[in-house]
Amino acid sequence: MKIIGIDLGTTNSAIAAAGDDEPARSQPIAQVTGPGEVGERPSLPSFLLLPTELEVPSAQLQLPWSGPLRYAVGTFARERGAELPHRLVSSAKSWLCNPSIDRTAQVLPFRGAQRELDKDMEGGERVSPVNASARYLAHLRAAWDDANPDDPADEQEVLVTVPASFDAVARELTVVAAREAGFDKVTLLEEPQAAFYAYLAARGDDWRKDLKPGDVVLVCDVGGGTTDFSLIEVADDGGNLALERVAVGDHILLGGDNMDLAMAALVTQQLAKPLDAMQQRALVHACRRAKETLLGPDAPKKVPIAILSRGSKLIGGTLKAEISRDDAEKLLIDGFFPVVGADAKTERRRAGGLREMGLPYAHDPAITRHLAEFLARFGKMPTAVLFNGGVMTAAKLQGRILELLRTWAGRDVKLLGGTDLDLAVALGAAHYGRVRRGKGVRIRGGTARGYYIGIESAMPAIPGFAPPVKALCVAPQGLEEGSTVELPDDELGLIVGELATFRFFAGSTRKDPAGELVEIGDLAELDPVEKLVPADGDHKAGDLVPVRLEAHVTEVGTLELWCVARDGRGRWKLEYSVRERE
Amino acid sequence: MSRFVDAFRLLFTGKLPAEAVKYLPEQPKLPEPPKPVVAEKAKPASLAAHHKDGALALLALLQREGRLVDFLRDSIDGASDADIGVAAREVYRGCRKVLDQHMSFEPVMPGEEEAKVSVPKGFDPAEIRLIGEAKGEPPFRGTLRHHGWRVTETKLPSLAEGVDRAVIAPAEVEL
Repeated sequence: MKIIGIDLGTTNSAIAAAGDDEPARSQPIAQVTGPGEVGERPSLPSFLLLPTELEVPSAQLQLPWSGPLRYAVGTFARERGAELPHRLVSSAKSWLCNPSIDRTAQVLPFRGAQRELDKDMEGGERVSPVNASARYLAHLRAAWDDANPDDPADEQEVLVTVPASFDAVARELTVVAAREAGFDKVTLLEEPQAAFYAYLAARGDDWRKDLKPGDVVLVCDVGGGTTDFSLIEVADDGGNLALERVAVGDHILLGGDNMDLAMAALVTQQLAKPLDAMQQRALVHACRRAKETLLGPDAPKKVPIAILSRGSKLIGGTLKAEISRDDAEKLLIDGFFPVVGADAKTERRRAGGLREMGLPYAHDPAITRHLAEFLARFGKMPTAVLFNGGVMTAAKLQGRILELLRTWAGRDVKLLGGTDLDLAVALGAAHYGRVRRGKGVRIRGGTARGYYIGIESAMPAIPGFAPPVKALCVAPQGLEEGSTVELPDDELGLIVGELATFRFFAGSTRKDPAGELVEIGDLAELDPVEKLVPADGDHKAGDLVPVRLEAHVTEVGTLELWCVARDGRGRWKLEYSVRERE
Repeated sequence: MSRFVDAFRLLFTGKLPAEAVKYLPEQPKLPEPPKPVVAEKAKPASLAAHHKDGALALLALLQREGRLVDFLRDSIDGASDADIGVAAREVYRGCRKVLDQHMSFEPVMPGEEEAKVSVPKGFDPAEIRLIGEAKGEPPFRGTLRHHGWRVTETKLPSLAEGVDRAVIAPAEVEL
């Protein structure tokens, strides 16, 4: 059985495979690259285009393994979708962890409340964030099967990566999406850990020379749309080096795309004429290339930018501009990676009354401030850093972060390298499959957060006052896969035949033990969990069944909460309720 | 059965019999006819159409990525070198991307141009073009004027059937 590692990315997805005796290698992905044209690319842009027949004929969207399709994912979806933004689903993964919408409802492409009722927007399919993720996974599966007819993907061991910041609900939804795509059994792995596994695979045994007990490695992952931090600690385990993931950051919706847009805005000021949608897209592409040149080694003093005329006459109609190295460095390095102190805090704009519903984009574009805040929360400075994500290929951005880490720590911070920053997560996931088979060292970590259930205090009812709610820790942080926590008996009861709903919280900085009743404080509220216990032979409607709680971290990497009847007559799994909340 | 044809690939394999020849003295010198890669699937009549589809699809790629047809169909009479240059730079970038993404090249005859070279016995005249009079038997001594190009690898897209390839760029109407 092979191991398939899938990087289900916010803007790009990738797939890699490994075997018992084969190191991980990436697998090119066949996809629609132009109208009626299928080619292989190293990755699959995570974009889903859902056009009407008049917008894109289905014959143009067929794949070698399909008939004419009414949707497309990948390169052509992204390119054509820029001209049909009302039919394009992007950043589905960020929607998957956004509790402000029902993630199983067909709300994508997202239109906002007013346009939802717009007659002109009719036609075209709508999908849920879970469906969209499932389409990407299903495409990866079909492309794999087409290229490897002897090793169908659903018969292999499949690992899917998720952001470390994904909470229990988003992880569960990723598994649901995988199941919808035909992967009955997948195992989840956190992306920064996968990047670290890619480093371990690339370095072989030499990583033991790079790191020693007491080292703390920062994995700094800046992708197209998101930024993710994790810390991995190296410890001495009876003479061997042991690795433990000790902290994960929040999901920050900020990345390379923001930088390309910022540069495009700068260039637009220089242009004589306004650009149309397609020229705007060409400009953003040109800015991305300019960014890579100007932030790379041996950067020229300036880079010309040319936008071809929109019509068929090219000569004389080309718009010209240029970006100087100084301007790019000022905008991108000082704008997104400013020099800040170790005690810097991100700037939070106050929401001005009503805010349009949508993705919770980061307000503060300074990635270094987000980093300082993350490290301050953990209270320990890293001794080494591993970069990941396409943006971090830029030598000058790596340099700025290293410089800041060294200043903050007051000592050297080592740079770990040797990985392909675009494909490391998929490769690392495949390598992790080998580690699970005993071929290499494993990063311990367990759940990144502690999980809590809201318990109403028993107190006399007072009109106009909701009884205060406290949080009962049901799963402490760091709970390992495959382990179960039984909570001591509490006065909890389920009423048969009625929907029981519990408020559900998570926290990443507190180390409360299971069974502890604490103040809610800085805990983040997630989707509620609920259970309807139907009446049956054992239980009559309206009966109160005394229960105790049990938390179980599955081998897959998801968290399950169970109610177990104290008289032994039944056990019920609590479901995550992902419906829209007030 | 797949609705996809490898016509695109076939178009180029048709140009590549020399790749297999490699200066073997006993090798037949005439280029072999293209291998009937899809002959089992397609009738001879549609084979020609597939060749045409392949050529059109390549043109569509160069137009989409590099605006090549726009550029070549435009008039450059009276345009300044600066205006042509600015457009050509972008056309170059886009078309170069298509080449890089889909083909690998190597010189047929490695070595510095304008240097003296030896044309070995049993060379393939389809690979090395002699200019001027050759006296006697090879090896011949001469000056390498152009090192030639050989496509060593093609990763061309597969084409779906039922798509009109003659439309290499659709008209665009903004609403």
